[in-house]
Amino acid sequence: MATPTRESTASTARPEATAPTPPATVTLRLWRGDEAGGEFRDYTVENLGGEVVLDVVHRIQAEQAPDLAVRWNCKAGKCGSCSAEVNGRPRLMCMTRMSTLDVSEPVTVSPLRGNPIVRDLVTDVSYNYAVARRIPPFQPGPREPDGTYRMKQVDADRVQEFRKCIECFLCQNVCHVIRDHEDNKPNFAGPRYFARLAELEMHPLDVLDRRELISSDLGIGLCNITKCCTEVCPEGIHITDNAIIPLKERVVDARYDPIAWLGRKIRRRPDPTPAKVAASFAPAAKTGEVISTDAPTRAED
Amino acid sequence: MAEYESHDFDVVIIGAGGAGLRAAIEASATGARTALVCKSLLGKAHTVMAEGGVAAALGNVWPEDNWKVHFRDTMRGGKMLNNWRMAQLHALESPERVLELEEWGAVFDRTPDGRILQRDFGGHRYARLAHVGDRTGLELLRTCQQRAVGLGIEVFMECKIVRLLQDDSGAVNGALGFWRESGKLVAFGAKAVVLASGGVGKTWKFTSNSWESTGDGHALALWAGADMIDMECVQFHPTGMVWPPSARGLLVTEGVRGDGGVLRNSEGRRFMFDYISDFFAKETADTIEEGDQWYENKKDFRRPPELLPRDEVARSINSEIKAGRGSPHGGVFLDIASRRSPEYIRRRLPSMYHQFKELADVDITKEPMEIGPTLHYIMGGVRVEADTAATTVPGLYAAGEVAGGMHGANRLGGNSLSDLLVFGRRAGQSAAEHALGRSGTVIDNAQVDAVSAQSLAPFERDSGENPYTVHQDLQDTMQSLVGIIRNESELLEAKEKLGELDERASKVGVEGHRQFNPGWHLALDLESMLAVAHCTTLGAIERRESRGGHTREDYPEPDPELGKVNMVTRMRDGAVVVVREPLPEMPDELKTLFEEAH
Ligand code: SF4
Ligand code: SF4
Ligand code: FES
Repeated sequence: MATPTRESTASTARPEATAPTPPATVTLRLWRGDEAGGEFRDYTVENLGGEVVLDVVHRIQAEQAPDLAVRWNCKAGKCGSCSAEVNGRPRLMCMTRMSTLDVSEPVTVSPLRGNPIVRDLVTDVSYNYAVARRIPPFQPGPREPDGTYRMKQVDADRVQEFRKCIECFLCQNVCHVIRDHEDNKPNFAGPRYFARLAELEMHPLDVLDRRELISSDLGIGLCNITKCCTEVCPEGIHITDNAIIPLKERVVDARYDPIAWLGRKIRRRPDPTPAKVAASFAPAAKTGEVISTDAPTRAED
Repeated sequence: MAEYESHDFDVVIIGAGGAGLRAAIEASATGARTALVCKSLLGKAHTVMAEGGVAAALGNVWPEDNWKVHFRDTMRGGKMLNNWRMAQLHALESPERVLELEEWGAVFDRTPDGRILQRDFGGHRYARLAHVGDRTGLELLRTCQQRAVGLGIEVFMECKIVRLLQDDSGAVNGALGFWRESGKLVAFGAKAVVLASGGVGKTWKFTSNSWESTGDGHALALWAGADMIDMECVQFHPTGMVWPPSARGLLVTEGVRGDGGVLRNSEGRRFMFDYISDFFAKETADTIEEGDQWYENKKDFRRPPELLPRDEVARSINSEIKAGRGSPHGGVFLDIASRRSPEYIRRRLPSMYHQFKELADVDITKEPMEIGPTLHYIMGGVRVEADTAATTVPGLYAAGEVAGGMHGANRLGGNSLSDLLVFGRRAGQSAAEHALGRSGTVIDNAQVDAVSAQSLAPFERDSGENPYTVHQDLQDTMQSLVGIIRNESELLEAKEKLGELDERASKVGVEGHRQFNPGWHLALDLESMLAVAHCTTLGAIERRESRGGHTREDYPEPDPELGKVNMVTRMRDGAVVVVREPLPEMPDELKTLFEEAH
């Protein structure tokens, strides 16, 4: 269409121009508290228009509640830090425009329900990082004789869908297998990591077989394909259809037809480094020794 | 006195963006016990925002391309202020670093014969940027993250480092910080420390940078006595969103222009044709017809001026807006809708499509975007030795945006991701080698006590000023007085205001307690931003010329003499001082590359 004439520029401003006069103020009902408990508190600020939920949270932080805890980084839907529940729906705060919400009533913003609370809107997402450490990493076959790796764009596309993941963990948060059954966590990777596993399994250059792990330790069988994860994914990744269902099929193949799998992998001559891979699954320690500056200075090697 | 949690490593890396992760991978592979410490969660670093690609002369699309051409483009783009050796290493090693990413699982877009596809970008003579749609930074970050996790490297997330620790000789032997979550003190003993903390954008008002970009590494180095160079050279990316207000500053990838997007003013004119400087006249199309043919035939036609280096484009946009030919929200138009099919746009620029749709309710396949300059990157930074990434303080290394020299006075698009990989690797390796040759470290409790007391002081001042207000005033000062076009009187005014802001920052108070308290975190970050602001302002006063990302209206031309010096800023007796020091001299055989080019 158009070169930028007056008309097309007017259309840039469309949402403001045609909407009915917006209310002068907006109220966010924010959850304040920590693991010991808390409460919802209302904060009313001027309605500036053109804002996303995260902007309003930031203004509240700057003007009324400087200690309000919230995670964010990119403010562009690219880093997956600002996940929260807006009027009960799991969203990225930076990609939820105020104009899409009914601001005649307070807008409720609460931390993700599936995770332990740290403070206010910040939750403990360490479970996800622990799962990440259990996944055997990518392992390529040999290069082509000319030193390159070749792949077709169509094969790349399939993998790239999953690599779009911004690790917002909204899908992990809505999956009932984790949300309603805390005790499943040790045996269940969750939708984000099924997408990661699908990516590895479908990667045209990868030669490792992770199917046993996927069906046993990572618990793909616990997923009953409710598709709640796919519905909330801000990147539009078809987690259930494109990752989980194909993985379930492959796992079944592995059980009944090992020869077919061997046929698929054997051409690629995996390079033999599994020892290193296995050694790396130990979770990283976070807490070190606590010492006091009163104690004598320690020399360490 | 202070209680603290203590850790001991060979190498501690501060920052977990592309450079930090790449450094960690290399340090660990070299055999050092390595820790990665970052202010956010792992995988959220600002590297995710890099869209266009990673520059490397792979020659997949243009076999004519090679490191010499890339080196020349980089130096010319940097207005020859670059550290030539860094630019050379970067051009030489980036292809290998990209192929290595593929070996770790990265999936780049492909050529028809299945190799890595490369795209055009401003200032690069050939299509050179390996990319994944317009989310290359995420791909690079995730690949390195997964590699680091696979290697079992220890990661300490949501930890803000406030000071480096030093032994009696001044050598760095650790770092001190606070857990953001609990507010508790943590000390890392380290035989070598790598700074990989990224940029400084939050010091200005309109920026594409995230909250993390507060110049922490720059400040840590400065306080430890390291030299900084050319801190006045900051890059305003020509295309940031200008509307809606909340998205102001957010980056619009240069890939839009590489893929055919053009800039127009309110009259619909492709004004970039009016701003082709002599320096680039030979290689730039001077008619619309020629420019348009270039997309299909790069051999016989010259590139359109929309793809000039970023500083040139940003200044031109600024002039159009000042002349009253801007768009309704104070930018100009970036139009790809009238030039490419909706399918092509959605496939090539999916995140841009998404970003405008979600945030501005603009369909970029139907309407032009409104864009304007936004603070994007700092070329200046901690002075390092090219081959080892060593700073001027023993035991301290720096890589990525926090390091200076590689990009001279202006950075080409795509050269940042490659910089992270090339120098992240080099820093990790030299830090590990240094550490392995060094015996144990001793944490000095007196230093811990002093830093801890200073950092916690804002809690004692309940009636102190709100750090958010001081931050806003700092941003306003830098935006209006040390912005895209500068002059002596405004810079001197800025210098004075910074003195007042120092005073106010030392008296801020915070409410609440130490657990995940953003007000307190900002109070700590303010110190870093002020350190950066001083260096940039002093460098800008002293560089009485216009070069790359530094434009002086009172000295509008480059001065050949100043083109031979770095503006070095350092702490002396508690204050930042600036001196001129000569650039390292390029060897003759490389100089000939620039003669041939004419
Ligand atoms: S489809 Fe499976 S993984 Fe996704 S939410 Fe439902 S149960 Fe969880
Ligand atoms: S798969 Fe989608 S919802 Fe899940 S973490 Fe990734 S981006 Fe978020
Ligand atoms: S802040 Fe990065 S996704 Fe919202």
